[in-house]
Amino acid sequence: MAWRFNEHAPVYLQIADKLRGSIMTGEFPPGGQIPPVRQIALAAAVNPNTVQRAIAELEAEGLLYPRSTQGCFVTEDGEILARMRREAAERLVTDFVSFAAELSITKEELIKMIEALKATAPAEMTEINETTEEVKDEHSGMQESV
Amino acid sequence: MSILECKNLYKAYKSGKYVLADMSFSVPAGKIVGLLGPNGCGKSTLIKTVAGLLMPTKGEVFVDGIPVGDETKALVSYLPERTYFNSQMCVNELVAYFKDFYKDFDEERAYQLFADLNIDTRARLATLSKGTKEKVQLIMVMSRRAKLYLLDEPIAGVDPAAREYILSTIVGNYDPESTIMITTHLITDVEQVLDEFMFLGYGGQILMCGGADDVRAETGKSLDALFREVFRC
Repeated sequence: MAWRFNEHAPVYLQIADKLRGSIMTGEFPPGGQIPPVRQIALAAAVNPNTVQRAIAELEAEGLLYPRSTQGCFVTEDGEILARMRREAAERLVTDFVSFAAELSITKEELIKMIEALKATAPAEMTEINETTEEVKDEHSGMQESV
Repeated sequence: MSILECKNLYKAYKSGKYVLADMSFSVPAGKIVGLLGPNGCGKSTLIKTVAGLLMPTKGEVFVDGIPVGDETKALVSYLPERTYFNSQMCVNELVAYFKDFYKDFDEERAYQLFADLNIDTRARLATLSKGTKEKVQLIMVMSRRAKLYLLDEPIAGVDPAAREYILSTIVGNYDPESTIMITTHLITDVEQVLDEFMFLGYGGQILMCGGADDVRAETGKSLDALFREVFRC
């Protein structure tokens, strides 16, 4: 199944996001090798040059580094990894809050709702990454139809 | 070096009206290019000229540095918009025929693709559905190791699942040494496999061209949305 992309952002940035996601969930652990460009291109059904561009983007951020003949590896630099996580969280929250604002939900209401969530489902930390991804997808889909 | 180069290319049919007018461009190796435009704007004419099936009225076309002619036909793998195979042949015979005809034909690859798409290679072409015939034709064309692939509407008649498979076949076949040019109206489907796009307007001019993914960064629109805007009726 080819990856789904939204219509607004360049595909290479969306692939970069997806790869960042895989690094955060630990699918590509620190110090580990990521699959070759061709394999990612096939899985995503996108042009290999676009995948290469996404990887170049992450290399520029210091998240990935090339090892001459062996391919591309995830950094082991904790600071860079922490920064990536923080930035992703910030983006998620910004999107979330602005979408809630469109629905006229106040910040106080949101905070209350989040706390209520925490009370009912405290132990599902591991699933948080996946569910937030979904929320994000839905979010962009809904924006389109608005 | 560029795989495909057109220099001041003009093409007029009998009516004397130019279908292609003063068209100049070049495409380097390793690119997947989308040739897009409204019906009747000259996409197929351009493709046929590059394939060596039509003679330019004026101007020059080069494939891999060689002027288009008999020699370049060995370098170009062309998928016409209509099927041209003898419908009395079965798929196996067709493979033997291609193998005999084209030095760069990869038989193993063709059979792999037939198996993936559940196509019975003992079937006569006349007994296959329109969509299946199109798949067979595309497999034959993509199984050559050509320098330049010219695909005229490769996915128009096939179902969405096969469409996805075909696009990943195109990506899987990607070779930094060769170039693929695709015409299609299904822009949304092909958009993500393209490196570059060219918008062809009526009168045979290039209205717009550039990196397919750059369109989104520059305009915030997909290629499909941009097409609808540029060619609004």
